[in-house]
Amino acid sequence: MKGILGKKLGMTQVPLEDGTVVPVTVIQAGPCTVVQKKTATTDGYTALQLGFEPLPAAKVTKPLRGHFDKKHVQPVRYLREIKFSDPDSFDVGQEIKADIFAPGEKVHVTAMSKGKGYAGMIKRWGGRRGPMGHGSKFHRAPGTLAAPRSGSRVFPGRKMPGRMGFDRVTVKNLQVVRVDAERNLLLVKGSVPGTRGRLVIVRSAGR
Amino acid sequence: MDLLQSVENEQLRADIPEFGPGDTVRVHVKVVEGNRERIQVFEGVVIGRRGKGSQETFTVRRVSYGVGVERVFPVHSRRIDKIEVLRRGHVRRAKLYYLRQLSGKAARIKEKRS
Repeated sequence: MKGILGKKLGMTQVPLEDGTVVPVTVIQAGPCTVVQKKTATTDGYTALQLGFEPLPAAKVTKPLRGHFDKKHVQPVRYLREIKFSDPDSFDVGQEIKADIFAPGEKVHVTAMSKGKGYAGMIKRWGGRRGPMGHGSKFHRAPGTLAAPRSGSRVFPGRKMPGRMGFDRVTVKNLQVVRVDAERNLLLVKGSVPGTRGRLVIVRSAGR
Repeated sequence: MDLLQSVENEQLRADIPEFGPGDTVRVHVKVVEGNRERIQVFEGVVIGRRGKGSQETFTVRRVSYGVGVERVFPVHSRRIDKIEVLRRGHVRRAKLYYLRQLSGKAARIKEKRS
């Protein structure tokens, strides 16, 4: 297991050697610094805390600044923990770059999805619409929530309109198409959750 | 965004000649048959280009055995071996879709005078 933090830059298409064109998401992956090592003895589990996107020290809160100062690393905007199968081969302060991945590898990409705001039944749950014309007054409303057979009450968990999107979404088994170690870019086949510029966590597939 | 742009720009081919709507071109396409690759030539009039950057495509129209055939190629496709420009046409619009309605003498395009 290994992983890196990155930023979604956007989508484009890229040709492979045989000339077929493949849709890819370009991810600015790293450079990340190892900020903290979680160990079995002190924390009960092992993981590496990675930091991404350096910030001026004045931009972080004082408690966080203490955390960075203690580890002698530059303050960063994002801190996330990632499980590594070989945490001992990394030291605090070490840089992790996009070249930990190789083309052809499968990765899981996690990010917060695009927020859709307050969405109705149709968009949020895939409900069906009533006729828009011919005197019909039932357009996009949720319809029946319950019936006497259900005890004349609405069961908890009933699908209803509400906030949609901005969920943590993981897209699994995306293929790494290209790795640009110099510019720390990962080109991953297919789409990735979230808007451009949003933090994404790229981890190797499998456990 | 500029990084994304630079990734896209790397896909561009420098060996593509300049051509536009109205030009007659010969496109040498790499075709894979089984495990053999050969080159097929498609010759016709460019009736338009669309898109920009690595996604740009162009449409070539030819009339073969009385049937109009149009093929769309990505300009920077790796499947294109080369593009030959045979004739520069003088046209007054960017998309020559009107050629589809015309045939024979009427479908001719005047050559650009240089």
